[in-house]
This record gives sequence, structure tokens and C-alpha cells, in this order.
Amino acid sequence: MATAVAHASDGHAGDSGHGEHAHYTTTGLEHRKIAIWAFIGSECMLFASLISTYLIYKGRSKVGPMPHEFSCKVSNVVASTADGVAALGCAAADVMKPILDIPVTSQSTFVLLMSSLAMVLALEGVENHGKPGYDRWFKGSKFWLAMTALMGAAFLGYQAYEFTAFVHEGLTIKTNLFGSSFFTLTGFHGAHVSAGVLWLLTLLAIDMKRGLKGKNDVLVVDICALYWHFVDVVWIAIFTLIYLIQ
Amino acid sequence: MSDQNTQAAHPPAPAHATADHHEHPTWKQYKWVAFWLTLITAVEVWVYYTPFKESSLFAPTLLVMSAVKFTMVVAYYMHIKYDHWIFKRLFLLGLSIATVTILALLFLFGKLKIGG
Amino acid sequence: MATTAAPAPIGTHAGASYGHGEPTGIWSWLTTVDHKRIGTLYLWTALTFFLVGGIEALIMRMQLMGPNGQLVSAEVFNQLFTMHGTTMVFLAIMPLSAAFFNYLIPLQIGARDVAFPRLNAFSYWVYLFGGIFMTVPIFFSAAPNAGWFGYAPLTTMQFSGGLNIDFWVIGLQILGISSLAAAFNFITTIINMRAPGMTLMRMPIFTWMSFVVQFLLILAFPAITVALVFLLFDRFFGTQFYELAAGADPLLWQHLFWVFGHPEVYILILPAFGLASEILPTFSKKPLFGYNVMVYSGIMIGFLGFGVWAHHMFAVGMGATADTIFAMATLLIGIPTGVKIFNWIATMWGGQLRFVTAMKFAVAMVALFTIGGISGVMHASPPTDLQQTDTYFIVAHFHYVLFGGSIMGIMGGIYFYFPKMTGRYLSEKLGSLHFWFFFIGMNVTFFPMHYSGMLGMPRRIYTYDAGQGWDQFNWWSTIGTILMFVGAIFFIINFFKSRKAGAIAPNDAWGAGTLEWSIPSPPPDYNFAQLPVVTSRYPLWDLKHPEMTADIAHSAPDEMTITDSHAVPMHEETEYKTAKELGIPMPFPTIKPLFAALFLVVMFSGLIFIHVGMFALAMTITIGGAALFVGTLYGWLTSPLE
Repeated sequence: MATAVAHASDGHAGDSGHGEHAHYTTTGLEHRKIAIWAFIGSECMLFASLISTYLIYKGRSKVGPMPHEFSCKVSNVVASTADGVAALGCAAADVMKPILDIPVTSQSTFVLLMSSLAMVLALEGVENHGKPGYDRWFKGSKFWLAMTALMGAAFLGYQAYEFTAFVHEGLTIKTNLFGSSFFTLTGFHGAHVSAGVLWLLTLLAIDMKRGLKGKNDVLVVDICALYWHFVDVVWIAIFTLIYLIQ
Repeated sequence: MSDQNTQAAHPPAPAHATADHHEHPTWKQYKWVAFWLTLITAVEVWVYYTPFKESSLFAPTLLVMSAVKFTMVVAYYMHIKYDHWIFKRLFLLGLSIATVTILALLFLFGKLKIGG
Repeated sequence: MATTAAPAPIGTHAGASYGHGEPTGIWSWLTTVDHKRIGTLYLWTALTFFLVGGIEALIMRMQLMGPNGQLVSAEVFNQLFTMHGTTMVFLAIMPLSAAFFNYLIPLQIGARDVAFPRLNAFSYWVYLFGGIFMTVPIFFSAAPNAGWFGYAPLTTMQFSGGLNIDFWVIGLQILGISSLAAAFNFITTIINMRAPGMTLMRMPIFTWMSFVVQFLLILAFPAITVALVFLLFDRFFGTQFYELAAGADPLLWQHLFWVFGHPEVYILILPAFGLASEILPTFSKKPLFGYNVMVYSGIMIGFLGFGVWAHHMFAVGMGATADTIFAMATLLIGIPTGVKIFNWIATMWGGQLRFVTAMKFAVAMVALFTIGGISGVMHASPPTDLQQTDTYFIVAHFHYVLFGGSIMGIMGGIYFYFPKMTGRYLSEKLGSLHFWFFFIGMNVTFFPMHYSGMLGMPRRIYTYDAGQGWDQFNWWSTIGTILMFVGAIFFIINFFKSRKAGAIAPNDAWGAGTLEWSIPSPPPDYNFAQLPVVTSRYPLWDLKHPEMTADIAHSAPDEMTITDSHAVPMHEETEYKTAKELGIPMPFPTIKPLFAALFLVVMFSGLIFIHVGMFALAMTITIGGAALFVGTLYGWLTSPLE
């Protein structure tokens, strides 16, 4: 994650002195933007490995708690395999309670989705800095950067609530395969959100100090936005694959 | 890297990037995307509480809805639809290899089977 | 554009050597962000690790020279083969390739540096510190000891309680960061910093193969990162990813590892392919045969490389369907690889061959890789593989590929590019000795392993009884290893002697055709005083030997647009001026990447203390390291590049 920040801002970091006359580039594109897209491509593979593991281990835990209500009728493709059913035994399964809290997670999902809207509006604010109409507080980048960070933090709050609740119900990272793979996967995502919030707050601090404007600042915010939206789309996948589909 | 694309990259682009002056999603589009994202999420959660959940079409339906949301965020919020083809390639390369790897692993571990 | 000064006139006082106002001394190396210096650092470090890995191999071969060897204990032997594999793959061959990526990619594409010079320095320092972290424990008999592939559950606490595996898990995680950071950097560099007119299909083939390798890196490393995180969590925080009693699947690690591990094979070999593809045309005085097909087959190898990983696992019983699919995909990969071999042969066919040392290594690489490739096709077939897997036959196969292929190619690259890096030639006489000892020694070592393997000798055994028919093959293998060591000694003498006293090399040391040969040797820190406009694949041959490139595609002169970037038509640069005189802005030297790397490694190494019962200390070091790392990063990102 740290390397993300590093490569995303290395090229001309802090080059307000050189900002407008960049070096010759073959494509006319900015180095940092190419690098962040390559990074996002790489991150796809990271989350693919984590999600695969979660799905592979689904239904293989030997002890509860389990993610979903367990019933022998479940018959969709990605759900429990014959192995899982045999390992658990249907009688035992009847008394197992589901642990995933869909109402709460739906709320946090909504918050994260809306943070993406706030993020695009923040970028819009930087792009249109100083233009008529954009001097109003609810159109400016400061407000929307703060909103994005706030919603990111709220998402993390939901996650902290969820994790705590699970621990109270007896599910920790050590309990079973579900606990290990669930906490690692969502924890990795949460770490990405945390890094994103830190990044957003840094941008907000710069915005407060000297105002984000000009071509280089647009790029800097754009790169952060790309990262943020990517973290959002990963959650879109996680919400469906881990929470909703049994 | 197909040939026409490598050819397209030829002309030494002037330093002041032409690629930066791309078409741009608008305010209106941003809000519509947010609307659809909310709506689809609401439908996803709603069907979770209906008897449709037991149907064998439940998982595919949810996957399609999730893919639509995914695509909308990437296309509009990450403005890949309006941006340079290189970004699209970089992302799709990672995404496609990742997807194929997930599917292959799920088959290998017996989580997916041909013919159910 | 506005930052570059008016084009300087081309001077005439050629043959200038060192002493063009670049700082020297240890501080200048610690703070360097120059891709050439970083490349040089990679080269020195990787050659040192190559020697360490070689010594590990030599000790193993001494142990196995005759039956019932007593030189080392079984435990030490485990550490030796683990560290030999890990060192050669992650600390020697990959960084040797990285040395060439660093040194050559900007020069070959006509750029002044990489896209992110400081990130580049960071990659190197992470590699160095990570390498030291992983290698030092061998002096305390606590080195990793479960094989370079670290199969879990063998590597879980239950079966490997010591610190050995902790060093391995954490060390690999650190090295992964280095490789990933470098890969993002080179992808950006190649996409975005090519000289005017250098289209993708005009890039030198080494740059092309490197380009493919960077994608393999960014897409393969995440898989092992995740596998290692699971193992790390299992070992340190009590998760159950590899805990069979909890229902874990013993194949999870193997799959994740080989999802990474097979692309890794191509990460190791493609740069050597690229180097051979630069050397063969130069000493055949012919453009590379079938350039486009070479490029496409490189891309094809990269793609298919992601779809064949399970052929490392035929013996675990995945079922007929999976075996068949992976066998077919594996056999398919033989096609683009075979195409490359035939193209190299066709490049030499009818050429005016000059067998200098670099050329000998390149030709040997083609031949030896072919042998390794053919035995690879043999065990692409599951029934055959079941006979060969885990025997010395496999050891023979991958050493033909990795030593015969990667190392021979890289050695060729060193002989070829040494004049560019230092301004002096390596001695041909010592080089020839080096080559023949390597070539003969390599075959004497690894060819008999085909036989000992077919006779059933398993890999990784620390000793064996007499009378199983393996004795004489093992004896020969050990003799071959000694021969290779003699070769290595010739190389070391040559390397040190020629740096100071080798024959002076001109710009264009070998009569090659690509951009890096159009600038002085060694290149000035800014590389190109003026960016050259490229109109074909061999710009320098266009300039000096137009008859040689008559058959390849050129763009019409009117297609060239010289922009306001001060690019000028293809030319040779012979004079040294400082960057300041030319008005070229250079990145500031900075120590921050070194400290960022150091703190990152400190952060990871804190974890070690958990297992010696000092949890508070571990957390202090880890959290302290992380805080310092983030702080350094902020300092780095807020200071201007140039």
C-alpha cells in the first residue's frame, strides 16, 4: 500500500516550480497516471487471490460460527459443496446461526458507494477551481474531500462495529477457516480504505493550506480518486460474493 | 497490443498532452450513476430477503447486478470510458487475468463444476 | 520543453573517458537516483549473491560426490538447498535481470532516466536489505530450510517451529515489494519515455522482453504475496489457512504459489532471451530474423505463462480433466518458444559470424535452453511427469533452462554491455576461458542428472547409499561444479582487471544497431544530450551501415515530426559536457529512498521477535518502523525531484 503512495507521486512530486512544462513523454500522458493504472491492474490479482481463498474455504470450516444460515437445501453453485455438508452434518447445521449482518453491511456498502460520488465531486471542484459557481462551499473541493474522507471513516466504523460484534459472537481470526479467510479478506480491504482516508486527509490538508488548483493538483487528486474508486469496486465484488451469495 | 494500436502510438505527441483534453463525464452523469448504484444495491438486498434467494438463478442474478455496478463505477467515476486506451488496457489486462485465475481455482477446488 | 536549453552543437573531441564532473565517493552511491548507477549497484550485489548461491551449491555437490557423504548434516543440507534455490531465483537471476532493466531500458529507448528515479533507488535498497535479511541467518544455522517453494503445511508452526521459515516468509515479502515497485516504474518508463519515432514495434527486443516481464511481475507477485500473508498470519497470529485439522486444503499453498511460480519462470528467462536477441544480430551483422514474430511470441509466452501453473502439481492427483488442460496449455507454450529458437538460428544463418565471448555465451544459451526446453516438453505429459517428478531429472531440466538459459544469456549480456558500462572491454582471453569452463562444467554437472534422475535418485536427499547406480553420475556432477567454479574465478579476475586495465571501448563497442551505442561509454549522467528521432529498429545501422537495414521497415522522412522537445535526427554523440552546461535538469540525489527502504525492512523484521517471546519489543520495532517509513515517505513525496 505504501508503494502505491510512493509510485503514484514520485515523478514530479511537489514540483510546483516545474508543474506546467513537463518533460517530453511519448504518449502525452502523465507518468503517474500510467503507474496508478498498472498498480490497479496488479491489485486486481491481489484481491482475486484473497477472494478465491475465501470462496475455496467456504463451507469447509469444522466449527461455527458460519457466515450464512446453514440448510441442506442450499444448492447454488458457489455455496457449500458436498464436502462441506458431510463435514458439518445436517443435524448440527440446523442449530447454527448465521453471523453476517446484511442490514448493517448494506448500510456501510451504501456509504462507501456514496463516498465515490463525493470523490468525483471533489475532483470536479479541483478542476473548476476559481470558476464562477465553484466558490460556494458545497461545490468546492474542500467540502467534498472532507465528505469523502468522512464517509471512508464511517465505512471503517461500520467495519469496526462488525468485527467487534463477530468477536462477541465467538468468531475471531483464529476460530475457523471462515474466520481466517473472512477477516483477512475484509481486513485487507479495510487497510486499503484506511490508506485511502489518510491520503484524502493529506490532500485536504494541502487544500486548506494553499488550495488545490492547476494541472498538477488535478492530476494528484485524480490519482487518489482512481485508487479510491478501485477500493470501492472491490467492495462491490466483496459485498455480492461474500455477503449476499450463499 | 494489437498492431493498429501500436501504430496509433506513433506520432510523437506534442508535450502538452492532447490526451488530457478528453471528453469528460458530467455532473448529471455522476448523479445518475449514484442513483443507479443505490437502486441496484437496494434491489440486491431486497431479493436477498425474498424466496428468490432459494432459486438457482439467485447467484447469477446477483453477479450480473454486481458486474453492472462495477462497470459503472469504472466507466464513469474512474472515467475509463473517456480516457486513453492505454489505461483501459492496463486495467483490463489485470482484471481479465484475475478473473480467469479465480474461475480456474474454483474449478480446481471443486467449487464450480461443468454441468452443476 | 522549456526546461531544456537550446541544442548544444556536437563537439569533436571524441574518446573522452571518465572525469566529466560527476561526483564519486560512497555518499554519491548511497544517494544516487541515476538509473545507470542503480543498475551498477544491482549488478554488483546480484553477482555477489550469485557467488553465495554458487558456494551453497558447491557444498551440496561435495556432500553428494560419493555415497554416504559426511560433510554436512541433514539439517544444514536442508538449509543449503533452500537458500541455493531462493538465492539464485530471487537474489541472483532476477536482480541480474534488473541490473540490465535499469541500465539498458532508458538507454535503449532514448530516455534520460526512468519515470520515477527515486522509486528506482527505493527498489534497489529494498532488494539489498531484504537479501541481507534472508541470507545472514545461514551463518547461525537458522536459514530457511523447507525448499525455495516453502510448501505449506510443511512450513507451518506445527512442522517448522524455528525461526528459519520466519526469515523466509518475511524476506520474500520484502523482496516482492522491491520487484513490484520496479515493475510499475519500468512499465511507465517504456510506455511513456520512448524517444520520438520509437514506436512499440521499433523497440529493441530486449526492451520488449523486459516489458513483458514487468507485466508478469505485477500480475504474478500478488498471488505469492497473498500466499505469504496467509502463512505469516498462520505462523504469527494463529489463523488456520494451512491447518489441516481445521479443514484446510493442503493444495491451497501449492496453487497460489505456482500461480506466481510459473510466470516467475518466464520472469527469469525472458530477459536472457532479450539479451541474446541483441547479441546474435550484432555478431551476425544482420537484423534479427522475424522481429515481429519474436515480439508476439514473447507476449504469447507471457500470456500462456499464467495458464500452466498446475503442471508443477501433476503428482498431487488433480484429476484427469485438470491434468489434461494444463498439459495441453504447457505443450502449447513450446510453440512460441520454439519459434524463438528457430528465429535465432535464422538470424545467424548466412551472417558474418564473429565469435567473441558474448556471442559464444549467446549461442550456448540457445543450444542449452533448447535441451532444457525439450526435457520440459517431456514432463508436460502427466504420465511421463509421474516418473520424473521429484527426481534429479527435474533438477537437470530446470538447470538447463536457468543456468543454460538465463545465466548463459546474462553472462553474454555482461560481456556485451561491460564496455558500455565502464568504457573498457572485458578480456577476450580470460572471457574465453570463462566461457569454456562454464559451458563444459555446466554440461558435466547437469547432463548426468538426467540419468541419476531416471534411475530414481530423489531431489533434496542429503546423502545416499552406494550400489543404487547413482554413484558415478553424482561424481561427474561434482566434477562439473568444480569446473564451473574455475570458470567463475576466471570471470572474477577478468571483471576486476578489465575495469581498470581493459582495452578502451569506443561509443559503439561492437558495431551494434541500437540507440545505447550512439552515446559515449560510459554514458554521461543525462544519457542523451539531444533526444534522437528514430525511424527504424536499428537507428545506428541506418546511420552507419544503411545497407544492413535496407530490408527492414522505415518511416518516410516526412512522417517524422520534430517537436519542441529538442529532438534531433539520429546522430552519434561523442562529447562529454555536464548536464549543467547543457541545461538538462537532473534529479537531485537523495538519501530518502534508502531510509524508506531501511525502515520498511525494520518494520517487517520486528515480527521475528514475536517468536522469541518478546512481543512488546516486536510491536515496538514494527510500529516504530512503520511510523518512520510513513514519515520518510511524506518527506520524500513533498521534496522536489529536480
